[in-house]
Amino acid sequence: MLEVVVVLVLVLGVFFLFVGAIGLLRFPDFYTRLHATGKCDTLGVGLVILGLLIYHLFYYSDSLLVCVKLFFLILFIFISNPTATYALMKAAYRTGVAPWKLGDERR
Amino acid sequence: MIEIELFQRIFLAVGLLIAVTILLCIYRAVVGPGVFNVVAAVNVIGTKTIALLVLIGYYFERPMFFDIALLYAMLNFIGTLIFAKYLERGEVCSR
Amino acid sequence: MTENEGKGFRMILTFCVMFLFWLLLSGIFDALHLTAGVLCSLIVAVISHDLLVVGKRNKTIVRSFRVLMYIPWELWQIVLANLDVAYRVLHPKMPIDPLIIEFDTTLRSDFALVTLANSITLTPGTITIGIKNGRFWVHAVAKEPAEALTVDGTMQQKVADAYMEW
Repeated sequence: MLEVVVVLVLVLGVFFLFVGAIGLLRFPDFYTRLHATGKCDTLGVGLVILGLLIYHLFYYSDSLLVCVKLFFLILFIFISNPTATYALMKAAYRTGVAPWKLGDERR
Repeated sequence: MIEIELFQRIFLAVGLLIAVTILLCIYRAVVGPGVFNVVAAVNVIGTKTIALLVLIGYYFERPMFFDIALLYAMLNFIGTLIFAKYLERGEVCSR
Repeated sequence: MTENEGKGFRMILTFCVMFLFWLLLSGIFDALHLTAGVLCSLIVAVISHDLLVVGKRNKTIVRSFRVLMYIPWELWQIVLANLDVAYRVLHPKMPIDPLIIEFDTTLRSDFALVTLANSITLTPGTITIGIKNGRFWVHAVAKEPAEALTVDGTMQQKVADAYMEW
Protein backbone atom coordinates (compact mmCIF):
# COMPACT_ATOMS: atom_id res chain seq x y z
CA MET A 1 0.00 0.00 0.00
CA LEU A 2 2.71 2.43 1.07
CA GLU A 3 4.80 1.57 -1.97
CA VAL A 4 1.86 2.47 -4.20
CA VAL A 5 1.44 5.90 -2.58
CA VAL A 6 5.15 6.72 -2.73
CA VAL A 7 5.50 5.57 -6.34
CA LEU A 8 2.34 7.43 -7.36
CA VAL A 9 3.60 10.71 -5.88
CA LEU A 10 7.06 10.24 -7.43
CA VAL A 11 5.61 9.44 -10.87
CA LEU A 12 3.28 12.45 -10.72
CA GLY A 13 6.25 14.65 -9.84
CA VAL A 14 8.34 13.29 -12.70
CA PHE A 15 5.37 13.74 -15.07
CA PHE A 16 5.13 17.42 -14.17
CA LEU A 17 8.91 17.82 -14.53
CA PHE A 18 8.61 16.33 -18.04
CA VAL A 19 5.73 18.69 -18.87
CA GLY A 20 7.87 21.61 -17.74
CA ALA A 21 10.82 20.51 -19.89
CA ILE A 22 8.62 19.92 -22.96
CA GLY A 23 6.97 23.30 -22.43
CA LEU A 24 10.40 24.91 -22.25
CA LEU A 25 11.17 23.39 -25.66
CA ARG A 26 7.76 23.83 -27.34
CA PHE A 27 6.40 27.22 -26.35
CA PRO A 28 7.08 30.05 -28.79
CA ASP A 29 8.73 32.77 -26.69
CA PHE A 30 10.41 33.57 -23.38
CA TYR A 31 7.30 34.62 -21.43
CA THR A 32 5.22 31.58 -22.34
CA ARG A 33 8.19 29.31 -21.61
CA LEU A 34 8.33 30.69 -18.09
CA HIS A 35 4.63 29.82 -17.76
CA ALA A 36 5.55 26.18 -18.23
CA THR A 37 8.64 26.11 -16.02
CA GLY A 38 7.52 28.41 -13.22
CA LYS A 39 4.47 26.32 -12.38
CA CYS A 40 5.43 22.76 -13.34
CA ASP A 41 8.89 22.78 -11.80
CA THR A 42 7.58 24.06 -8.49
CA LEU A 43 4.97 21.33 -8.14
CA GLY A 44 7.13 18.64 -9.77
CA VAL A 45 10.11 19.07 -7.45
CA GLY A 46 7.72 19.51 -4.52
CA LEU A 47 5.99 16.21 -5.30
CA VAL A 48 9.27 14.29 -5.76
CA ILE A 49 10.54 15.50 -2.38
CA LEU A 50 7.11 14.83 -0.82
CA GLY A 51 7.28 11.22 -2.00
CA LEU A 52 10.73 10.81 -0.45
CA LEU A 53 9.42 12.44 2.76
CA ILE A 54 6.60 9.87 3.01
CA TYR A 55 9.16 7.09 2.37
CA HIS A 56 11.39 8.45 5.11
CA LEU A 57 8.49 8.77 7.54
CA PHE A 58 7.78 5.03 7.39
CA TYR A 59 11.16 3.41 6.80
CA TYR A 60 13.57 5.56 8.83
CA SER A 61 11.24 6.70 11.62
CA ASP A 62 14.17 7.05 14.08
CA SER A 63 15.48 10.27 12.48
CA LEU A 64 12.50 12.57 12.09
CA LEU A 65 14.61 15.74 11.92
CA VAL A 66 15.39 14.92 8.31
CA CYS A 67 11.64 14.99 7.56
CA VAL A 68 11.45 18.53 8.92
CA LYS A 69 14.47 19.46 6.81
CA LEU A 70 12.81 18.12 3.67
CA PHE A 71 9.59 19.95 4.59
CA PHE A 72 11.52 23.20 4.84
CA LEU A 73 13.13 22.45 1.47
CA ILE A 74 9.64 22.10 -0.10
CA LEU A 75 8.49 25.32 1.59
CA PHE A 76 11.57 27.19 0.38
CA ILE A 77 11.09 26.00 -3.20
CA PHE A 78 7.42 27.03 -3.14
CA ILE A 79 8.40 30.54 -2.06
CA SER A 80 11.62 31.04 -4.03
CA ASN A 81 10.72 29.58 -7.42
CA PRO A 82 7.82 31.97 -8.22
CA THR A 83 9.98 34.86 -6.99
CA ALA A 84 12.83 33.93 -9.33
CA THR A 85 10.33 33.60 -12.19
CA TYR A 86 8.94 37.03 -11.36
CA ALA A 87 12.44 38.56 -11.28
CA LEU A 88 13.29 37.13 -14.72
CA MET A 89 9.92 38.27 -16.16
CA LYS A 90 10.38 41.78 -14.82
CA ALA A 91 13.97 42.03 -16.11
CA ALA A 92 12.88 40.86 -19.57
CA TYR A 93 9.88 43.22 -19.66
CA ARG A 94 11.96 46.22 -18.52
CA THR A 95 14.66 45.58 -21.13
CA GLY A 96 12.04 45.42 -23.85
CA VAL A 97 11.75 41.79 -24.88
CA ALA A 98 8.54 41.91 -26.92
CA PRO A 99 5.83 39.39 -25.94
CA TRP A 100 4.77 36.88 -28.57
CA LYS A 101 1.31 37.50 -30.09
CA LEU A 102 -0.89 34.98 -31.85
CA GLY A 103 0.35 34.58 -35.43
CA ASP A 104 3.95 35.75 -34.87
CA GLU A 105 7.05 33.77 -35.72
CA ARG A 106 8.52 31.48 -33.06
CA ARG A 107 11.61 32.86 -31.42
CA MET B 1 14.75 -5.63 3.41
CA ILE B 2 13.36 -6.67 0.04
CA GLU B 3 11.22 -3.55 0.04
CA ILE B 4 14.23 -1.33 0.56
CA GLU B 5 15.92 -2.95 -2.45
CA LEU B 6 12.76 -2.35 -4.48
CA PHE B 7 12.77 1.30 -3.45
CA GLN B 8 16.43 1.60 -4.42
CA ARG B 9 15.51 0.54 -7.95
CA ILE B 10 12.57 2.94 -8.06
CA PHE B 11 14.82 5.80 -6.94
CA LEU B 12 17.37 4.91 -9.60
CA ALA B 13 14.66 4.98 -12.30
CA VAL B 14 13.22 8.29 -11.07
CA GLY B 15 16.70 9.81 -10.90
CA LEU B 16 17.43 8.74 -14.46
CA LEU B 17 14.12 10.23 -15.66
CA ILE B 18 14.95 13.55 -13.97
CA ALA B 19 18.36 13.42 -15.67
CA VAL B 20 16.56 13.02 -19.02
CA THR B 21 14.43 16.14 -18.31
CA ILE B 22 17.67 18.00 -17.49
CA LEU B 23 19.05 16.91 -20.86
CA LEU B 24 15.95 18.32 -22.57
CA CYS B 25 16.50 21.63 -20.77
CA ILE B 26 20.18 21.72 -21.79
CA TYR B 27 19.02 22.14 -25.40
CA ARG B 28 17.33 25.42 -24.44
CA ALA B 29 20.33 26.45 -22.33
CA VAL B 30 22.72 26.01 -25.25
CA VAL B 31 20.62 26.99 -28.28
CA GLY B 32 17.96 29.26 -26.74
CA PRO B 33 17.83 32.57 -28.64
CA GLY B 34 18.78 35.42 -26.37
CA VAL B 35 20.32 35.51 -22.93
CA PHE B 36 16.99 35.39 -21.07
CA ASN B 37 16.13 31.95 -22.41
CA VAL B 38 19.55 30.72 -21.30
CA VAL B 39 19.14 32.09 -17.77
CA ALA B 40 15.63 30.66 -17.47
CA ALA B 41 16.85 27.24 -18.61
CA VAL B 42 19.77 27.33 -16.16
CA ASN B 43 17.38 28.21 -13.33
CA VAL B 44 15.16 25.27 -14.31
CA ILE B 45 18.12 22.90 -14.40
CA GLY B 46 19.14 24.08 -10.93
CA THR B 47 15.64 23.47 -9.58
CA LYS B 48 15.60 19.94 -11.00
CA THR B 49 19.05 19.32 -9.53
CA ILE B 50 17.64 19.87 -6.03
CA ALA B 51 15.25 16.93 -6.49
CA LEU B 52 18.10 14.89 -7.98
CA LEU B 53 20.35 15.63 -4.97
CA VAL B 54 17.71 14.48 -2.49
CA LEU B 55 17.19 11.31 -4.54
CA ILE B 56 20.94 10.66 -4.53
CA GLY B 57 20.91 11.08 -0.76
CA TYR B 58 18.39 8.26 -0.46
CA TYR B 59 19.98 6.06 -3.10
CA PHE B 60 23.41 6.06 -1.43
CA GLU B 61 21.90 6.47 2.08
CA ARG B 62 23.92 9.58 2.87
CA PRO B 63 21.83 12.12 4.85
CA MET B 64 24.49 14.76 4.18
CA PHE B 65 23.05 15.31 0.72
CA PHE B 66 19.92 16.95 2.16
CA ASP B 67 22.01 19.80 3.55
CA ILE B 68 23.71 20.14 0.18
CA ALA B 69 20.26 20.27 -1.46
CA LEU B 70 19.14 23.06 0.90
CA LEU B 71 22.30 25.06 0.19
CA TYR B 72 21.94 24.45 -3.53
CA ALA B 73 18.35 25.70 -3.46
CA MET B 74 19.46 28.95 -1.82
CA LEU B 75 22.43 29.42 -4.17
CA ASN B 76 20.28 28.76 -7.24
CA PHE B 77 17.67 31.29 -6.09
CA ILE B 78 20.19 34.01 -5.26
CA GLY B 79 22.11 33.39 -8.49
CA THR B 80 18.99 33.79 -10.59
CA LEU B 81 17.99 36.96 -8.73
CA ILE B 82 21.42 38.53 -9.21
CA PHE B 83 21.50 37.56 -12.87
CA ALA B 84 18.04 39.08 -13.43
CA LYS B 85 19.15 42.29 -11.69
CA TYR B 86 22.32 42.45 -13.74
CA LEU B 87 20.45 41.94 -17.01
CA GLU B 88 17.91 44.60 -16.03
CA ARG B 89 20.29 47.36 -14.88
CA GLY B 90 23.66 46.48 -16.36
CA GLU B 91 25.30 46.42 -12.92
CA VAL B 92 24.87 44.46 -9.74
CA CYS B 93 25.57 47.05 -7.04
CA SER B 94 23.83 50.24 -8.05
CA ARG B 95 23.43 53.07 -5.59
CA MET C 1 7.79 56.19 18.75
CA THR C 2 6.20 53.53 16.59
CA GLU C 3 9.69 52.59 15.44
CA ASN C 4 10.86 51.53 18.91
CA GLU C 5 7.55 50.22 20.19
CA GLY C 6 7.66 46.76 18.71
CA LYS C 7 11.45 46.49 18.44
CA GLY C 8 12.03 44.21 21.42
CA PHE C 9 9.16 41.95 20.44
CA ARG C 10 10.43 41.71 16.87
CA MET C 11 13.97 40.94 18.04
CA ILE C 12 12.79 38.21 20.41
CA LEU C 13 10.55 36.63 17.77
CA THR C 14 13.33 36.72 15.16
CA PHE C 15 15.74 35.18 17.69
CA CYS C 16 13.30 32.36 18.53
CA VAL C 17 12.60 31.56 14.89
CA MET C 18 16.32 31.58 13.99
CA PHE C 19 17.29 29.41 16.97
CA LEU C 20 14.52 26.87 16.21
CA PHE C 21 15.73 26.75 12.62
CA TRP C 22 19.31 26.20 13.82
CA LEU C 23 18.19 23.30 16.03
CA LEU C 24 16.28 21.71 13.15
CA LEU C 25 19.18 21.95 10.76
CA SER C 26 21.97 20.87 13.09
CA GLY C 27 20.20 18.11 15.03
CA ILE C 28 23.10 17.94 17.56
CA PHE C 29 22.33 19.04 21.12
CA ASP C 30 25.68 19.37 22.92
CA ALA C 31 27.03 22.51 24.58
CA LEU C 32 29.29 23.67 21.74
CA HIS C 33 26.61 23.57 19.04
CA LEU C 34 23.96 25.15 21.28
CA THR C 35 26.28 28.04 22.23
CA ALA C 36 27.23 28.66 18.63
CA GLY C 37 23.54 28.60 17.70
CA VAL C 38 22.61 31.14 20.38
CA LEU C 39 25.43 33.44 19.27
CA CYS C 40 24.53 33.25 15.57
CA SER C 41 20.81 33.74 16.22
CA LEU C 42 21.57 36.74 18.44
CA ILE C 43 23.70 38.37 15.75
CA VAL C 44 21.01 37.79 13.11
CA ALA C 45 18.27 39.06 15.44
CA VAL C 46 20.16 42.27 16.26
CA ILE C 47 21.12 43.03 12.67
CA SER C 48 17.91 42.16 10.83
CA HIS C 49 15.04 42.34 13.30
CA ASP C 50 12.96 44.41 10.88
CA LEU C 51 13.02 41.92 8.01
CA LEU C 52 11.08 38.90 9.26
CA VAL C 53 8.45 40.44 11.54
CA VAL C 54 6.79 43.67 10.45
CA GLY C 55 4.07 45.48 12.35
CA LYS C 56 2.45 45.30 15.74
CA ARG C 57 2.27 42.41 18.15
CA ASN C 58 -1.42 41.44 18.05
CA LYS C 59 -1.89 41.80 14.34
CA THR C 60 1.17 39.71 13.49
CA ILE C 61 -0.07 36.61 15.29
CA VAL C 62 -3.68 36.88 14.06
CA ARG C 63 -2.44 37.43 10.52
CA SER C 64 -0.16 34.40 10.51
CA PHE C 65 -3.14 32.21 11.46
CA ARG C 66 -5.29 33.71 8.73
CA VAL C 67 -2.51 33.20 6.18
CA LEU C 68 -2.22 29.55 7.27
CA MET C 69 -5.94 29.16 6.53
CA TYR C 70 -5.31 30.55 3.03
CA ILE C 71 -2.69 27.93 2.13
CA PRO C 72 -4.93 24.85 1.38
CA TRP C 73 -6.99 26.76 -1.19
CA GLU C 74 -3.73 27.96 -2.76
CA LEU C 75 -2.37 24.38 -2.97
CA TRP C 76 -5.52 23.28 -4.80
CA GLN C 77 -5.08 26.20 -7.22
CA ILE C 78 -1.46 25.09 -7.85
CA VAL C 79 -2.63 21.60 -8.82
CA LEU C 80 -5.24 23.11 -11.18
CA ALA C 81 -2.56 25.38 -12.68
CA ASN C 82 -0.28 22.45 -13.41
CA LEU C 83 -3.05 20.47 -15.08
CA ASP C 84 -3.86 23.57 -17.15
CA VAL C 85 -0.23 23.95 -18.24
CA ALA C 86 0.02 20.22 -18.99
CA TYR C 87 -3.09 20.50 -21.21
CA ARG C 88 -1.69 23.49 -23.08
CA VAL C 89 1.78 21.95 -23.52
CA LEU C 90 0.66 18.50 -24.63
CA HIS C 91 -2.20 19.65 -26.89
CA PRO C 92 -1.01 19.31 -30.54
CA LYS C 93 -2.20 22.81 -31.51
CA MET C 94 -1.07 24.61 -28.31
CA PRO C 95 -4.17 26.70 -27.42
CA ILE C 96 -2.36 29.86 -26.30
CA ASP C 97 -3.10 33.51 -26.99
CA PRO C 98 -0.86 35.62 -24.72
CA LEU C 99 -1.86 39.07 -23.51
CA ILE C 100 -0.76 41.51 -20.81
CA ILE C 101 -3.34 42.94 -18.40
CA GLU C 102 -3.28 45.52 -15.61
CA PHE C 103 -5.45 45.81 -12.53
CA ASP C 104 -5.53 47.63 -9.19
CA THR C 105 -5.74 46.17 -5.70
CA THR C 106 -6.30 47.61 -2.26
CA LEU C 107 -3.25 45.80 -0.80
CA ARG C 108 -0.34 47.94 0.42
CA SER C 109 1.89 45.98 2.84
CA ASP C 110 4.90 44.13 1.44
CA PHE C 111 3.91 40.68 2.70
CA ALA C 112 0.44 40.92 1.18
CA LEU C 113 1.85 42.07 -2.17
CA VAL C 114 4.41 39.25 -2.22
CA THR C 115 1.75 36.69 -1.34
CA LEU C 116 -0.57 37.90 -4.08
CA ALA C 117 2.25 38.05 -6.66
CA ASN C 118 3.43 34.52 -5.89
CA SER C 119 -0.16 33.27 -5.86
CA ILE C 120 -0.78 34.81 -9.27
CA THR C 121 2.38 33.17 -10.61
CA LEU C 122 1.36 29.77 -9.28
CA THR C 123 -2.31 29.84 -10.33
CA PRO C 124 -3.65 28.85 -13.78
CA GLY C 125 -2.29 30.72 -16.76
CA THR C 126 -0.98 33.95 -15.23
CA ILE C 127 2.44 35.31 -14.20
CA THR C 128 3.18 38.61 -12.46
CA ILE C 129 5.43 40.98 -14.40
CA GLY C 130 5.47 44.07 -12.22
CA ILE C 131 3.98 45.73 -9.14
CA LYS C 132 3.79 49.43 -8.37
CA ASN C 133 1.68 50.97 -5.58
CA GLY C 134 -0.76 48.08 -5.55
CA ARG C 135 -1.12 48.05 -9.34
CA PHE C 136 -0.28 44.72 -10.99
CA TRP C 137 0.96 43.94 -14.49
CA VAL C 138 0.17 40.34 -15.36
CA HIS C 139 1.11 38.20 -18.36
CA ALA C 140 -1.73 35.78 -19.12
CA VAL C 141 -1.44 32.84 -21.46
CA ALA C 142 -5.03 33.09 -22.76
CA LYS C 143 -8.25 35.09 -22.34
CA GLU C 144 -10.04 32.96 -19.71
CA PRO C 145 -7.31 33.05 -17.00
CA ALA C 146 -6.97 36.81 -17.51
CA GLU C 147 -10.69 37.28 -16.95
CA ALA C 148 -10.49 35.20 -13.77
CA LEU C 149 -8.27 37.97 -12.36
CA THR C 150 -9.81 41.14 -13.79
CA VAL C 151 -13.53 40.29 -13.75
CA ASP C 152 -13.85 37.68 -11.03
CA GLY C 153 -11.18 38.70 -8.50
CA THR C 154 -11.58 35.79 -6.06
CA MET C 155 -7.87 35.68 -5.32
CA GLN C 156 -7.50 39.37 -4.48
CA GLN C 157 -10.48 38.98 -2.14
CA LYS C 158 -8.92 35.95 -0.40
CA VAL C 159 -5.51 37.59 0.07
CA ALA C 160 -7.13 40.77 1.33
CA ASP C 161 -9.14 38.69 3.82
CA ALA C 162 -6.00 36.85 4.94
CA TYR C 163 -4.04 40.06 5.58
CA MET C 164 -7.07 42.10 6.72
CA GLU C 165 -6.46 44.90 4.18
CA TRP C 166 -9.75 45.58 2.50
